[in-house]
Amino acid sequence: MFAYIARRILYVIPIALGVTVIIFGLVHIAPGDPLNAVVPPDAPKETVQILIEAYGFDKPIPVQYAIWLGRALSGDFGISFATGRPVAEAIAGGVVNTLILAAGAILIGMTLGCLIGAIAGYYQGSWIDKLATGFAIAGVSVPHYWLGLVLVIIFSVEMNVLPAMGMGPGGAKDWAWDQAHMRHLILPVITLSVIPIGIITRSVRATVAEILTMEFVQTLEAKGLKSFRIFLHVCANAAPTVLAVSGLQIGYLLGGSILVETVFSWPGTGFLLNDAIFRRDIPLLQGVILVLAMFFVVMNLLVDILQSLIDPRMARS
Amino acid sequence: MIDRRTFGRGVAAVLGGAALTALSLSPALTKPAEAQGTLRLGMTLADIPVSFGQPDQGFEGFRFMGLMLYDALINWDMTADDKPSALIPGLAESWSVNKDDPTKWTFNLRKGVKFHDGSTFNADAVIFNFDKLLDKDSPQFSARQGSLVNFRIPSIKSYKKIDDYTVEFTTHEPSGFVPFQLCYILMASPAQWEKTGKDWNEFGKTPSGTGPWKLAALAPRESVEFVPFKEHWDTSRVPKLDKVIALPIPDPNARTAALLSGQVDWIEAPAPDAIPRIESQGFKMVANVYPHIWSWHLSRVEGSPWNDIRVRKAANLAIDREGIKALLGGYAIPAVGHVTPTDPWFGEPTFKVKFDPEAAKALLKEAGFSTDNPVNIKAMISASGSGQMLPLQMNEYMQQNLADVGIKIDFEVTEWNALIDLWRAGAKSPQANGAHVINVSYTTQDPYSAFTRFMRSDLSAPKGVNWGYYDDPEMDALLRTADGAFDPAERDAILAKVHARAVDDAAFIWVVHDVAPRAMTTKVKGYVQSRNWFQSLTSVYME
Repeated sequence: MFAYIARRILYVIPIALGVTVIIFGLVHIAPGDPLNAVVPPDAPKETVQILIEAYGFDKPIPVQYAIWLGRALSGDFGISFATGRPVAEAIAGGVVNTLILAAGAILIGMTLGCLIGAIAGYYQGSWIDKLATGFAIAGVSVPHYWLGLVLVIIFSVEMNVLPAMGMGPGGAKDWAWDQAHMRHLILPVITLSVIPIGIITRSVRATVAEILTMEFVQTLEAKGLKSFRIFLHVCANAAPTVLAVSGLQIGYLLGGSILVETVFSWPGTGFLLNDAIFRRDIPLLQGVILVLAMFFVVMNLLVDILQSLIDPRMARS
Repeated sequence: MIDRRTFGRGVAAVLGGAALTALSLSPALTKPAEAQGTLRLGMTLADIPVSFGQPDQGFEGFRFMGLMLYDALINWDMTADDKPSALIPGLAESWSVNKDDPTKWTFNLRKGVKFHDGSTFNADAVIFNFDKLLDKDSPQFSARQGSLVNFRIPSIKSYKKIDDYTVEFTTHEPSGFVPFQLCYILMASPAQWEKTGKDWNEFGKTPSGTGPWKLAALAPRESVEFVPFKEHWDTSRVPKLDKVIALPIPDPNARTAALLSGQVDWIEAPAPDAIPRIESQGFKMVANVYPHIWSWHLSRVEGSPWNDIRVRKAANLAIDREGIKALLGGYAIPAVGHVTPTDPWFGEPTFKVKFDPEAAKALLKEAGFSTDNPVNIKAMISASGSGQMLPLQMNEYMQQNLADVGIKIDFEVTEWNALIDLWRAGAKSPQANGAHVINVSYTTQDPYSAFTRFMRSDLSAPKGVNWGYYDDPEMDALLRTADGAFDPAERDAILAKVHARAVDDAAFIWVVHDVAPRAMTTKVKGYVQSRNWFQSLTSVYME
């Protein structure tokens, strides 16, 4: 088991390095001068050129990459050249705010996803199953931002019962898990949780339905086990699949949603990334994408390890 | 098999719990916080502009950060909404040009002015701020701040302190436009820069200027709070409000929802299709003409169809500007030139810019074109962007109008920042790829921004943004004469000739002027929307 975990952790290193190459490459092959969103549009090309040299963008790309990677490894993502603030500081703030949103969405997504999926799997083919499947498909298909806007129109504009934007009194720095702040969570969390609900529901449904047809379930019934005990066995067998799907969803949610965070002006990583893209703030853009990509890598690692703990056959294979 | 009752009980427990949570949270949500002398304002920006002196994020950065915290030697008069804003004394009480040597300007500074940190404003502070932008060897030099504003002061060659309250500027050549340039240079406190470890980023956390507002709090990407600077040198500009909280809300629908749900009292640029809704719910819309033009900038390089004046005039006559105004919810002014007829620079052009498709067809026929044999034009446009209004819808409307008379438009839609890059590169650059039009909206706030940079033949790329390589010796002469005029009335008269010549030459395809619509609650009182990109919140109060 330890060898398996050690091997998986070692695999992370080349993956992470590959990610940094891709991030750096993609950011630099985007059209346009790297500084044209930072200096005013009227600034002549000569001024832009002076800044390009000042920021080292005239150096060959591999040299720029080596300098950036060296700093990033020591946790220094540089200074945002749009705001002059340290990138690491901006990312840390954004990640915390996104985590607040993601925590709610994960809780709702996994609870409802597993619940609806299990019901649909159990009642496969019935109207309950069709309803649950329809709900899951709608959850996966409905555009985030559209749902967010509709919820805002209904609950903020029409009914005036929930706030339309922001993190509440005092913003992120005064965040607390109290009523005044949590009310700001409700609409974005609902919006954000719809996709994970849909995806987890579908996976759980398929897995539960498949497990219920397996011979060991009939054996358990024949042995006279109570239905709740059988249910626990089904859950244990479904867990690795559900964990893998949920893990990816958690990765997505931790990455923040550009659209949901923009619609609700929620200052998380998605909002930060959106700003970095539009202002082509390269140090910020590289830093944010790297951190988000690493979330995925680490989340996959954790899921793999958890799966192997639940089902040791995986580690052996 | 699993007992269905087990499932039923589980489902009921989860749903019941969720419902209880929702109910426990909702009763307190019915009423938004009441503002008391606090104005909550939704900006269109995605982040708070930098606060260390010269702001970023264009003129909105000046509006909601630069001119809140700082003054310039020369300020804009933002007290009237019925005439174009004029330049007025700011931290300089007066200024004059040397009659014997018109490259030398003397500025007499205002006495008794304090920065927010209590230090005194004087000639040393002026020199400190210009060194910050222009002297690479000075300890306070900031390349970043310089990049944000140095292009606005092309005339300034040098500057020196004469005494504690007198400064002399020397220009490269005689230029009457100097006051229009110096109004962008904001004065930050040297003492505060020393106190904050001589680091402009640190200075930005506790900035100190002489402006009517002090920075109270700043949370990146979330909000910025300003409180009045009661000791402001101009008592008429001491703010009436207790506080201004400005929030970045880049999405127009989110901004509109924030207003309608009572989370903010004022929003910039509401979504055009939401304006009837905003008005029907008892909010007020405020708008006014300001120096902005949404136009097509034409390529005049060899082979461009726009080199035929009949084609240029025909295009100007083909556009249904009233239709575009309707598309914008009525919040636009159909253009009849680069500036509006109420502007002192409008002049008396003989070519009337209007919607006359028959006249357009006749001109095109004369030039050898028709709907069966159309002029083929490639236009570079963006899908969004600062000041661009609704670029896709407006351009498609124009495409239809122009097709009706015999001008076929193919669009190359580019991301806004990439379009800016293409604009800087000029129409002859390989990136332009033979495009005949670029659609970037412009300010007409000062003579250089309005005319010179687009129409003086020596200001094409890389020196400037005469994108289309406009080259008219007579226009060059007029622009240089205007630049050399020191009497404002004389200067305006020459600029009126510049404008009339540009219109008669159909130098651009002019479409509409924006009117900067803002929506606010009826509790917001005392606001005067000046005819300027910049606005003052000092007269505003909450009822």
